[in-house]
Order: sequence, then C-alpha cells, then structure tokens
Amino acid sequence: MRLLRTLLGDWPAYLWSGWGALASLLLLFAGWQLAAEHYGSLVLAQPLEAFASLGRFWAEGSAVQELAITGRRALSGLALALLIGSALGLAAGVSMTASMMSRPLVTVLLGMPPIAWLVLAMLWFGASDGTPVFTVFVAAFPVVFIGALQGTRTLDGQLREMARTLHLPPHLMVLDVYLPHLFSYLFPAWVAALGMSWKIVIMAELLASQDGVGAALAITRSHLDSAGTLAWVSAVVGLLLAIEYLLLEPLKREVERWREPS
Amino acid sequence: MSHPRLEVRQLAHSFVRTQVLADISFTLSAGEVCALVGPSGCGKTTLLHLCNGLLDVQDGGIANGFANPVTLFQQPRLLPWKTAQGNIALSLKARGVPRARREAAAIRLAARLGLSRDDLDKFPRQLSGGMQSRVALARALLPEPDLLLLDEPFAALDIGLKTELYALLQQLQAERGMAVLMITHDLMEAVRLSDRILLMAAEPGRIVGRFALAQPRAQRDDAWVYRTTAELLQERVVRDSFGLPDAVAVQPAGQPATLSVLPDSSLDAPPRSPSRC
Repeated sequence: MRLLRTLLGDWPAYLWSGWGALASLLLLFAGWQLAAEHYGSLVLAQPLEAFASLGRFWAEGSAVQELAITGRRALSGLALALLIGSALGLAAGVSMTASMMSRPLVTVLLGMPPIAWLVLAMLWFGASDGTPVFTVFVAAFPVVFIGALQGTRTLDGQLREMARTLHLPPHLMVLDVYLPHLFSYLFPAWVAALGMSWKIVIMAELLASQDGVGAALAITRSHLDSAGTLAWVSAVVGLLLAIEYLLLEPLKREVERWREPS
Repeated sequence: MSHPRLEVRQLAHSFVRTQVLADISFTLSAGEVCALVGPSGCGKTTLLHLCNGLLDVQDGGIANGFANPVTLFQQPRLLPWKTAQGNIALSLKARGVPRARREAAAIRLAARLGLSRDDLDKFPRQLSGGMQSRVALARALLPEPDLLLLDEPFAALDIGLKTELYALLQQLQAERGMAVLMITHDLMEAVRLSDRILLMAAEPGRIVGRFALAQPRAQRDDAWVYRTTAELLQERVVRDSFGLPDAVAVQPAGQPATLSVLPDSSLDAPPRSPSRC
C-alpha cells in the first residue's frame, strides 16, 4: 500500500523528466519521415499515414481487440517464464551442484532459435493459444533463469552467514535476504524478457494464428498495405514503451530506493 | 536459575590439510567475559565460527548450554536494502515477534545506543561507520542474548568511538549478566574488558597461556589498564606468541602484580577476588 502511494506520488515528477526521451522519439519520427519521402509511400508509409491507419483500426474496434488478444498471449507466456524462471533460478543458485548442472542446459535453451520452437509448438498445440504462449515462455525462460541464478550466486557470503547466525527461517531468508539482492539482477532480465515476449508472440501469430496483431500483420502484408503494417508496429512498440516506462521503471526506482546516495 | 556454560573440549580443526586449531579447551560461564587474544591468523575467527555453528566441529567437542547466543562480526554486515530500524528488528523478526513489538523494542534499544529516530529511517549506506556498528550492536543485543560472541566488531573504528561502544556494551553486559567471548589482537582491549585472557599462538592455533584479572571490571582505570598490559607484555609466552623480541623484565618496585597466571589445566574461571568468595 505504501509502495502504491509513493509510486503515484512520484509519478508527476517522473513524467516531467520524460521530455528528453520524448525528444529522441520525435527525432526518430523525423528520420522516418525523411526516409518515407525519399522512398515513396509504397515502400515506407509516412508516419502520419501510419497513424491515420491506426486511428482507423481503433475506430473499427479491431485495434483494441487484436492488441488484447496479443497482449494476453504475450503476458501469459511471460508470466509463466517469470514465475518458473525466477523460482528455478533461485533454487539452482542456492545449490552449487544445481547451478553447475543447469548452466549448459540454459545455454542450449538460449541458443535454440525461437522459430524452431515455434515449429515444434505448432506440431504440439496446433492453432490454439498454446502455440504462441509456449513459444514466448520457452524463449523468455532462460533469460529470466540466468538472471535469477546469477543474482543468487552473487549474494554476499557475509550477509548469508549473518542471517544464519540469526537463525532466520527459510521464508524470511528468501524474502529479506535473497529477493532484494536478486531484484537488481532479475529486473533487467524481466525487462529483456518482456521485450522478447512481444517480438516472439507476433512472430508466432503471424505464422500460426488466425487472430492477434501478428495475424493482422499477415493480412496487411498480403494487401501490400505499408501504412497498415507500420500502424500495427507502432501500436505494439508504443504499448511496450508504455509498460516499461510507466509501470516497470517507477516500480524499479521505488524498490531500489536503498541504492540512492545520501 | 540455571547456570549455563559453554564448554570447549580438545577441539581441533583443519582446512583441507592445514591444521588451524589444535587441542583447544576452555569453559565460559554465565556472566563471564573471556578474551581470546592472539596474533592475526592464529585461528581465532575459526574458533568463534565453531562456537556459533557456522563451521561444523570436526574433532573434539563443543557443548553450548546457552539458549540464546548471538554473534557480532568484524564488519557490521547490515542488509543494505533495509533501514537501520529494519536491520535492528531483523533479529526479533527471525524469532517471529510481531511487527509492532519488535519495532518498539528496536527503537527503545537504539535510543540507548545513541541512534536517533532520524538515523533509524536511514539506509546503511547513508550511515557512518560508527553508526553502522551501533546498528549491528543493537541488532545483536535486541533478542537479549545470554552469550555474546564478538569478533573484533569495533576494530575499524577510532579509539573514541571504540571506547564509547565498549562502555555501552559493558553496561548492558553488567545489567543482563551476559557471557561474552571476545576475540581481539589488542591486548589493552582484552585487559580493560575481560575477566580472563586466553592467549593463542599460531600454526596450529592453540592456547598457550591463561591469565586471570582479579580487579572488578568497573574499577579499572586507565592507569591500571596500562600497568597490567605492560605486565602482560613482559610475559614470555605473550612475546613469543606475537613474535616480539625478548625484553628485560621491569616489574615496577613496590607494586603488587595485577594479574595471575593460571596453570594450563585450569579450564574454569578462577575466583574473582578473595572478598567475593
């Protein structure tokens, strides 16, 4: 509750600090505009054309609908990866043997291209939600797992000894000692996993689903609709930016308040 | 009322093939302050870690009759993500004391140790080294331990702070009758604070001398401490243990000896002074 209150309280100041970020985004749009003018609308639609298409999708109601479907799939896969990856990574980090055994397995998982998982998932789950959710999970899992594993292994041994002499029960050991330290490793991993999950869910939908943003992209591609394609891309990227900067970043600042210099 | 004791019998310990401790035996009774003195690397910390259970006993035995031992480490070892208050209360949180009670107890004890409410809201990195040591001391003392194991907790502090914190510690020790086993390489500190000094030598770590200090702790002034430390430094075993060159004995004329050398077989505390027996 206190967390929520300070989060909301710090928001205006935080948003005000976003002008710099906004300026760099506008520069990107300017570059996009230049490229579009140079190559013509068929190859690269102008930003305003893309936004107009997005407005049309929005008015039709398809934007919200498709984004909701895609969001649900990406977030379910991501949530699974975060939960299972963090828990297993923590467990593996506590035991030397487990971390040594899991490292090569995770490297294999990391090296496996998501598209290969997608093909397998299509065989296993068909055209259901299972295909994109599984692909997202399996791609995001190793990233989160490695973060949790490294965080756990780097906990200061002196603090662990201190906690042992205080006879801290196991659940407090996790909550008060491991998790706060782990957070600075987990958080970047979670952000990376979030970005991956959006990219991969759209790829999976493009190839294996009848609905969602990926499927909508497949349709705009078949119509050679450059403005429509870019409209979907901007919607997805915009949503990702909003989640990261409006939700995750303020959360991180609050949880990591102890790092601030006096 | 029971009289718990810490009994260490013929303790030996090795890391891989290097023997770090050999044939360590001593007893610590309730309310007694015992100093383990020796050069760096003589296995003092290993011995302490065997006593607090961070290391498993390999050879010999430790019987710890104290119900509530705590350790104060050389470094404050505070959790950087908890405020000073959260760090202090952690020792009670570990025992399942409800939040309101443990926070209130933490604030009360912190005030005695010179920590203001303002300091309590700060994170460890915002506190000076002295303040961090106070927080660590408060965390150790909060659960009202009956045995305190000290691993030179204030070694990094300046002499003023060190004296102040030891005075606070001594007050609380006297009030609660805690047993204290303190590690130090500072003879003067040992002389000022302890009832008994166990002298250790290195390679392998073993006890080479036992000294009793009869003067009640409250009546030790600076002059007494200097004189006794000087006297201790005349002892052959002390010089050998610390690798000091031989010295000529200069026992000041007309002054009685302030410390008594105990035979090696005496494992228990000697009578403090004739009047108390």
